[in-house]
Amino acid sequence: MTWIPEVASNLASKVDGVLFVITVLSLIFFLLITAILIIFAVKYRRKRDNEETPYITGSEPLEIIWTVIPSILLIALFVYGFVVYKEMRNPPADAVDITVTGKQWLWTFDYYNGKKTLNELYVEQNIPVRMVMISDDVLHSFFIPGFRVKQDVLPGRYVQLWFTPTKIGTFDIFCAEYCGTGHSVMLGKVNVLSPEAYDIWEHGLPGGQGQAVASLPPAELGEKIYKEKGCNACHSIDGSTLVGPSFKGVFGHTVELADGSKVEADENYIRESILEPQAKIVKGFQPVMPSFKGILSDEEVTAVIAYIKTLK
Amino acid sequence: MANHSIAHNVYVPFLEKKGFLSWILTTDHKRIGILYLVSISLFFLIAGFIALLMRFELLTPASDFVDPHTYNVLFTLHGSIMVFFFIVPGLAASFGNFLIPLMIGARDVAFPKLNIASYWIYLLGTAILLFALLKPADTGWTFYTPYSATTNTDVVLLTFGVFVLGFSSILTGLNFIVTTHKMRAPGMTWHRLPLFIWASYATAVLQLLATPVVGITLLLLITERTLGVGFFDPAKGGDPILFQNFFWFYSHPAVYIMIIPAMGVISEIIPVFSRKPIFGYKAIAYSSLGIAFISFLVWAHHMFTSGISETAAMIFSFLTFLVAIPTAIKVFNWTATLYRGSIQLHSAMLYALGFIFLFTIGGLTGVFLGALAADIHLHDTYFVVAHMHYVMIGGTVMGFFGALHFWYPKWFGKMFNETVAKIAWFFVFVGFNVTFFPQFFLGIQGMPRRYASYPAEFESLMALSTYGSWILAFGILIMAVNLISGLISGEKAPENPYNSLSLEWQMPSPPPHENFEEIPQVTDWTYGYGKKKELEV
Repeated sequence: MTWIPEVASNLASKVDGVLFVITVLSLIFFLLITAILIIFAVKYRRKRDNEETPYITGSEPLEIIWTVIPSILLIALFVYGFVVYKEMRNPPADAVDITVTGKQWLWTFDYYNGKKTLNELYVEQNIPVRMVMISDDVLHSFFIPGFRVKQDVLPGRYVQLWFTPTKIGTFDIFCAEYCGTGHSVMLGKVNVLSPEAYDIWEHGLPGGQGQAVASLPPAELGEKIYKEKGCNACHSIDGSTLVGPSFKGVFGHTVELADGSKVEADENYIRESILEPQAKIVKGFQPVMPSFKGILSDEEVTAVIAYIKTLK
Repeated sequence: MANHSIAHNVYVPFLEKKGFLSWILTTDHKRIGILYLVSISLFFLIAGFIALLMRFELLTPASDFVDPHTYNVLFTLHGSIMVFFFIVPGLAASFGNFLIPLMIGARDVAFPKLNIASYWIYLLGTAILLFALLKPADTGWTFYTPYSATTNTDVVLLTFGVFVLGFSSILTGLNFIVTTHKMRAPGMTWHRLPLFIWASYATAVLQLLATPVVGITLLLLITERTLGVGFFDPAKGGDPILFQNFFWFYSHPAVYIMIIPAMGVISEIIPVFSRKPIFGYKAIAYSSLGIAFISFLVWAHHMFTSGISETAAMIFSFLTFLVAIPTAIKVFNWTATLYRGSIQLHSAMLYALGFIFLFTIGGLTGVFLGALAADIHLHDTYFVVAHMHYVMIGGTVMGFFGALHFWYPKWFGKMFNETVAKIAWFFVFVGFNVTFFPQFFLGIQGMPRRYASYPAEFESLMALSTYGSWILAFGILIMAVNLISGLISGEKAPENPYNSLSLEWQMPSPPPHENFEEIPQVTDWTYGYGKKKELEV
């Protein structure tokens, strides 16, 4: 484990520069004060009662020195921090727009090319990206530690954030502003792709993605949605318990709810659980699932149900 | 039982009267101080226990000890109780009450009845808190809208409790301001006042001016929840950021309400155990007022990522750097006081030195958060949690423990076991650092605060922090047992065990009912330690 996440955006190294300078100056002051404290406490430790001590009430030159020097350093740090911040706030004109919607407790990303992803953000290496962000409900905060960027996401108002990803790989997205029960599971990933990989993601492999989806049988479409829309983050298909109940064998079985009542997991129950997840909570689980209303179409919900039916 | 007419020549310690009514109806500032001291200590232990539960949950990445909702309730209660029920009244209400009249040479505060009324209001606030626990809120102590306006937990009762507590704080502040202006003994000029009084005065001004704003803010939130008025709801034309502006307009000065009295305590302890005059008296005194003033102008540094404009961010960042200067001046002056002293490492002095060490870390890490670019990365991570606890525990609570050990003989007329006190200090100091120092690294690595579960990459540092919390709790337990057993079986305290020059030590321990038989005539400042050379008076 390193002491700071590896630099993965153009801004990260600049922020790290600020952090580094403040760390060095802080260490100097800290070590100085600690050393003086310890030296004085040891050197002037009382050896016998009634030791004579000098009547020193202060020193104007010293007061001036230790007011002026820190003031100059602090103002310099202020300027340094502001200059980098200014750059962090102003995206270049050629940045690609991606719309981010935060809602309890997931992120949706809408791309200029009409694509839409959940919790998984796809960006191209070395292409500046401007995130235009809004919340559907309460405050959230979009935070990518590897990029050193963070911005609170507000309801009723767009805010923005930008970065140029410099390193290919997958990095954490955290919600940094407390947003309720599922706050700590509102996690995403940003996938930084090479230009070639991004091109494949954007245009699909030869054959055309749209056509392929339309021709998929429902259960296969459901499986695709299960993987692409992030269901797999919380629901296993092998019977193991993650954040939510496993899909394995759930269809047609009786489910015990948190209030003690029992319900049969039929098509309507699963449909309700996808669109209004807080309506019925399975015993032993937390009400942290986001609603997929407006995210999945009726056809897609039906496909997911068809997929779950196959998981005996 | 002595009555007033004969009390003038018989020493009646203020603790003499017994019985519930003698306490709850008292107007004696020393007894009211004890009422606050017991109340806030109780809340400190309760909220501390809640913190242990939280740290236990965080021992492993998964939500396994409590569910996420319960965890969210726990950190809401921990923060709300620690801030509003313990640390805001804190030193000001307990030691402020006990010490202000004694130190300035008065028989009581300016408005003794208002003083006990303030305590009753505090009790009313705590009663409301108990009801709020039936369906406890899960908003965090900051009550940010829109979540606080929409969650189905009981936000209204908890915020109403805080609203009521505000009046206690305002009235106490008012009382102390008037007391400091009008009740000083003859000869006790402003520049002879003990620095604890300067600190209490600055605190009282903050209490009086800032608290009404949080009262109004919480009232607006209550109105929004109960009547559906959209102050903060964008769908109704409100602004969620407005709440944050209002909230921090109080809560940033409140940070100084919490820390300035502790700075006052340190300024009393260090000269006594160094046998030296405080270094830079005026610099320390006026820096308290300077901090109080600037603290009104830095609130938006809690909001650099909230979507405020670049101009606003620039101004608030600059002002935040300014507030570091008077704070640094204090640290330098305390350290310089030790120079050529005759230093006795009494337990109270150990807490004072611990304060300087920990508060320096708290202050310097504040510089990281004041710098805009750095704050963007660190905001709402464990770095902030660590910074805040270094200031609040490393600062205020160390000052509180120092004050407890320092004035204990005077207040209760008993001595505690000094060796045990030092052992307790060691565990508190080590435990605190093991708990909170790793959190700086967690924050730099990106671990967000208020997470009930967390990615596995943070596990080792999180576990270390949890182990630290056990050491810290063990230290506090030893300290509590030591201080309580001192009350029961401690030796009788002498009048002035540390040869302090301050007025409160020039009377029997515990002090008599109305402090001074005759109001003293003050001829010198309280820090005249050491041998004067040419300036022999």
